[in-house]
Amino acid sequence: MSTAAPPADWRRLDPRTVLVTALVVAGVVAGAAIPVTLGLTRWSSLPAAVLQVLAGAVLVVGAAAGADRVRWHRTRYRVGAERVDLHTGLLIVKRRSLARGRIRTVDLTANPILRLLGLVTVRIGTGEQGSESTLELDPVTRAEGERLRRLLLERATTAPSGGAHREGELAVLDPRWIRYAPVSFVAPMLGGAAAGAVMQVSDWVGAQGDVIEWIGDRFRDTPLLWMIVILVLAALVAGVLGALGLWVEMWWNYRLEREPGGTLRVRRGLFTSRSISVEEARLRGVDLVEPLGVRLVGAARLDAITTGLAKDTEARNADHNTLLPAAPRSRADTVAADVLREAVTPTGAALTPHPRAARGRRLRWSLAAVLGPVLILTVLGALLTPVLLWIALGCAVVLAPVAVALALDAYRGLGHALSGRYLVTRSGTVRRSTAALERAGVIGWTVKQSVFQRRAGLVSITATTAAGGGAYTVYDADASEGLGFAAEAVPGLLEPFLERSGGTGATGGA
Amino acid sequence: MPQGEGTAAVLRPPRNTLNERAVGWWRTQWLLLTAAPVVPLAVLGALIGPARFWLLLPAAVLAAAGTAGAVLFPLWWFRTHRWEITGDAVYVRTGFFWQEWRIAPMSRIQTVDTVRGPLEQIFRLATVTVTTASAKGAVRIAGLDHETAADLARQLTRITRDTPGDAT
Repeated sequence: MSTAAPPADWRRLDPRTVLVTALVVAGVVAGAAIPVTLGLTRWSSLPAAVLQVLAGAVLVVGAAAGADRVRWHRTRYRVGAERVDLHTGLLIVKRRSLARGRIRTVDLTANPILRLLGLVTVRIGTGEQGSESTLELDPVTRAEGERLRRLLLERATTAPSGGAHREGELAVLDPRWIRYAPVSFVAPMLGGAAAGAVMQVSDWVGAQGDVIEWIGDRFRDTPLLWMIVILVLAALVAGVLGALGLWVEMWWNYRLEREPGGTLRVRRGLFTSRSISVEEARLRGVDLVEPLGVRLVGAARLDAITTGLAKDTEARNADHNTLLPAAPRSRADTVAADVLREAVTPTGAALTPHPRAARGRRLRWSLAAVLGPVLILTVLGALLTPVLLWIALGCAVVLAPVAVALALDAYRGLGHALSGRYLVTRSGTVRRSTAALERAGVIGWTVKQSVFQRRAGLVSITATTAAGGGAYTVYDADASEGLGFAAEAVPGLLEPFLERSGGTGATGGA
Repeated sequence: MPQGEGTAAVLRPPRNTLNERAVGWWRTQWLLLTAAPVVPLAVLGALIGPARFWLLLPAAVLAAAGTAGAVLFPLWWFRTHRWEITGDAVYVRTGFFWQEWRIAPMSRIQTVDTVRGPLEQIFRLATVTVTTASAKGAVRIAGLDHETAADLARQLTRITRDTPGDAT
């Protein structure tokens, strides 16, 4: 078989994939070329070294482009009435086929090179675990990508009927939301990473000692404490700048839309553009996530609880199911209501608080977490050196109030309720999550009770589901009220196993 | 199981106990687990004269604790581990210190697996695992008579096959 054109209904990827591969490899080669050239000048003159490196670069780029040309030649796909087929493979031809009825997601991504050429990478997924169920078309033109997306996600309009719902645009980026970027946990993490990177790079070029000495020189006349404070501040500033940059790259051009046919679509990205589609029939609810810093400034993020987001994709890109970046709480509530086609968002429902015994449990846990290390430090201090005793005292004085505050906040956050078609559970303090899970999406219950919970009359009730994290838990609810809540949430499932005793004072009996 | 005073709703225990041979199976597992550290300690104690006391003492303590556990715990577990199949759901209770009740509706069951490990085969027992579409919703019944388990698996498979939908 030569370059015979494929049969009519088979299509090929865009031939410019060869150019893309050549450019990407050329970029990598260029990065490696400079140190290699410098290394070669030890043995030969500069022009000779440049010539050798150039020859090598041409060879590598040529080989990569050639391999990609072969891949392009051997790759073809077809969208049939029933199935989508993809034949591909450099050495071994792989033939893969997906039933169209099982396709759940069609995601488009484009890195800067692809965007420049008007190309996109299309991932067609069935939402099952493992990469085997995902077909990747890398790349096709943007118009073809859009065509595929529309064609494959189009269903005979099965959109759930609901009173108040909007088509079209549900949310667009408000540039003012960038103020929530620095308060996320990304900022300190990036700050730490920046400090680590400075040390690591200076270590590679053998100048770590010089860097430390230079820093020491700057602070010769300042006390140690100030030096630490200033260095931490510098790392934090670097982290904040990094967080701002990351936010802009991730969320620029953000737009959440509802398309006819019942698909939610998130588009975003400054350099790498991403388009993520969530079929509404797969949506089982939303999760309003408030990390501590973001919550303190009155904002929240909205995640989709949906079946059919492959686990490996989730791991690779944690923001895959984010519907709305951190935005003012009221805005997040409005978007949640629009997404769920409800008049009022279930995430804003009044929640049943949990018994006071749950507060005691949280206080004991967090104090134990602080006092455990303090106790060890004290014992070591008593045996070895009094310095450790002072450190232990400092830790106890500083950390104990923090622990108590977090525990009280965690208790205040606990709550659960039924709100229309949804069951709502809220928990967490560092990452508070208010999950509204569709009651019809609950596919089982797990009720757990430790000895301590039994004595305090508490239970933890977990609703298992095929969507999102697989399980959403109501922690430390009142045993009787919580079981009643679970029984009411999914009629008929828990009820047959419940024993209700009429008056107070009667025990359940076994 | 007393749930404290004034409760209005409790989960009732599932109807069926496991097979009585499960007690023997648990005891064997427990004894094997005890033997893993005790036997090497005892052998070394017999061979190494100077350290004999410090090797045989922990061996004796572990052996005593292990034997006591092997006698008592399985009796206790036998009372707390229960299961039940109704027309609509699989219902299982396990654990004592961390008691756990699991309920999976028939209409959401995806797979039914029967596993018989080497020890289970000796005791003619089997473990049935029922999974749903949730990664965290699996229900496991360990220590069933192997014929009961086979019947159960057949019954569950038939019910699930007759239930339409993709169980999500």
